[in-house]
Amino acid sequence: MKTKEKRPKFLSNLRSISKRKLSGDLSFKMFVTLIACNIFIVLGLMFFQIIQNSWLSIQTYGIGFLVGKTWQPFPPSSSSLPSFGALPLIWGTLVTSAIALVLGVPVSLGISLALSEFSPKRFSYFISFFVELLAAIPSVIYGLWGIFVLIPFLQANVYPYLQAVLGFLPIFQGTIRGPSVLTGGIILAIMIIPTVSAIARDVFAAVPNSQREAAIALGATRWEKAKVVMSYGRSGVIGAIMLGLGRAMGETMAITMVIGNSFNLFSSFLEPGSTLASIIANEFTEASSPPVYISALMEVGLILLALAIAVNGLARLIIWRSTRKVREVGLV
Amino acid sequence: MNYKIVAILEGIILISLIAGFSIYSLYFTSQPIRLSGAGATFPAPLIQKWSAEFKDMTGTQVNYEGIGSGGGVKQFTDKTIDFGASDPPMKDSELSTAPGTLHIPITIGGVAVVYNIQGISKGLNFTGEALASIFSLDITRWNDPKLEALNPGSTLPNADIVVCHRSDSSGTTKVFTSFLSDESASWNTTYGASNVINWPPQTIGGKGNPGVAAAVQQNQNSIGYVELSYALQSEIPYGKIQNAASRFTEPTTETLASAASAVSLILPPGNASWASIGSYFNLHTVEEPNDAYPITSFSYALVYQELNSKSGMTLDKAKALTWFLWWAIHDGQHYALGLSYVPLPQIVITHNEATLKTISFNGQQINNWT
Repeated sequence: MKTKEKRPKFLSNLRSISKRKLSGDLSFKMFVTLIACNIFIVLGLMFFQIIQNSWLSIQTYGIGFLVGKTWQPFPPSSSSLPSFGALPLIWGTLVTSAIALVLGVPVSLGISLALSEFSPKRFSYFISFFVELLAAIPSVIYGLWGIFVLIPFLQANVYPYLQAVLGFLPIFQGTIRGPSVLTGGIILAIMIIPTVSAIARDVFAAVPNSQREAAIALGATRWEKAKVVMSYGRSGVIGAIMLGLGRAMGETMAITMVIGNSFNLFSSFLEPGSTLASIIANEFTEASSPPVYISALMEVGLILLALAIAVNGLARLIIWRSTRKVREVGLV
Repeated sequence: MNYKIVAILEGIILISLIAGFSIYSLYFTSQPIRLSGAGATFPAPLIQKWSAEFKDMTGTQVNYEGIGSGGGVKQFTDKTIDFGASDPPMKDSELSTAPGTLHIPITIGGVAVVYNIQGISKGLNFTGEALASIFSLDITRWNDPKLEALNPGSTLPNADIVVCHRSDSSGTTKVFTSFLSDESASWNTTYGASNVINWPPQTIGGKGNPGVAAAVQQNQNSIGYVELSYALQSEIPYGKIQNAASRFTEPTTETLASAASAVSLILPPGNASWASIGSYFNLHTVEEPNDAYPITSFSYALVYQELNSKSGMTLDKAKALTWFLWWAIHDGQHYALGLSYVPLPQIVITHNEATLKTISFNGQQINNWT
């Protein structure tokens, strides 16, 4: 009470305003908090629903579902049980996403560095616009382009030479086929470029100018300055890559159209394969019976969700560890 | 000020739009009868064409969604649609949950075996047995003695066969693998006949007919199977297949119609089980005409014999639905050839007429629907 009396007049005015607005503020705060909490509800419900629906399959096949290699929803003799094993799908998802990262991330980082460090502002605006446009293209368009443009091109102009040069590696052996795991990885790489480069550009743009000035003051070249920017924004870049990885793992339509959809535990990237998402896209629409079939497809979705969460958790861990190191050294 | 003017203008535009739409919907559309159907994707373009023509003629709106035969049968059994459509006839187990179902063949489909070999145009000979060996990768090269024996006139390349198939759950796969199962015992025990097959690894799956066609066209020395109408439209070479009369027949509208005429001798009554017709016409039981294409099947419309068994059905709707089906199997057939479908032979139309005349609403027969 004492302090209140000491306040200058304009402050008490302010207080009355805040009193007047307090109820509005409070309700708005509660409102947005409620919206934020919806995330938990949505995620929780989703998990609950998927686990509930895949329970039949989990009970029937147990751990065998994760390591099995056959996928036969309708066995030839009606007396035997349908068999489901998702190992080739998990393998396909991991490999195509890895190819996408290996090919897509360097290009994306190059784009974002060029935009934030090396190019004039006007040009940078222009290019950013097109990068964002790339992100707005629906994935089915990427798929069609993949079938009718990318596959014939790769088949005629890339894969034969790739095999001639790197054919000693087991991953590039075998008959050259248009639709293949490698084609799937390449299309995913193109699809994650806009996501990764847009976020990485924002991360680099947020690096304080004092860092750049300090580097230049120490006599750094532009490339060395760019290295400083990259290492400062490392955690953000990892976040961007993880978002790209998330997109690559969950991508459905485009990959279904180019991967070759073979239930195949491949050893060569030129073989056709399948991913967790592609088999759902292929088979879910008409899976009506037996019930365990739908349940198995649900479990495939559950694995995909778990994989996405695991990858995100790993990314958090990497970011947390790298920033802790930086903090210990005293850079931040 | 500016904002206020903009806001007022927006308000006026919005209100006039809403008013306009409501006036439009009140006065210019005199509550048309709406019928909904769903099911097989194969006849979808034809049914949609019918729907457009039928609307111009009668004002009745028929909405058809091509969601797949399985989904069509399910929605029909759940009674969420007015009519279903399916490529295979309903199984006996499915019929028991939907008593009083009528099967009405509305068009004819065939599965063509397409391939892409440099220097070889259409017309390679295949037997069912040989196809089963190719698709199970027992025969892996084109110049295999078995294939050469079937095609003495052509020089088959010394190259690996690239096998392409449907990756999505599909009635076309069911029809094709039913044929293979009947022709080859080892196919039957290893792979069987269904919408989704556990194909051997190293085979390429394409999504939909376009996906398979693209995979075949883009890979040298490949083989695959697609709906005949799709093969005709996309001009991929297709083969001749040996029929029960031991003749190699090319899939054409004539050979498909010939198979349909042969099977029409053993058609069950509309309200009985059609499971005996099978996923494709197994003509071993009837005397097969020389020119019948062996992998031929009907596409069926499914309706209830007693239309009042579905909620929301009125006498007017029942009349419109029956009229639509009657029109589809008569005048509607004229649109078939233009869309690469095979028109029904007269004997099947006559059979359908008898079926449609048994449709009733509240126990009363509706045969005066026009």
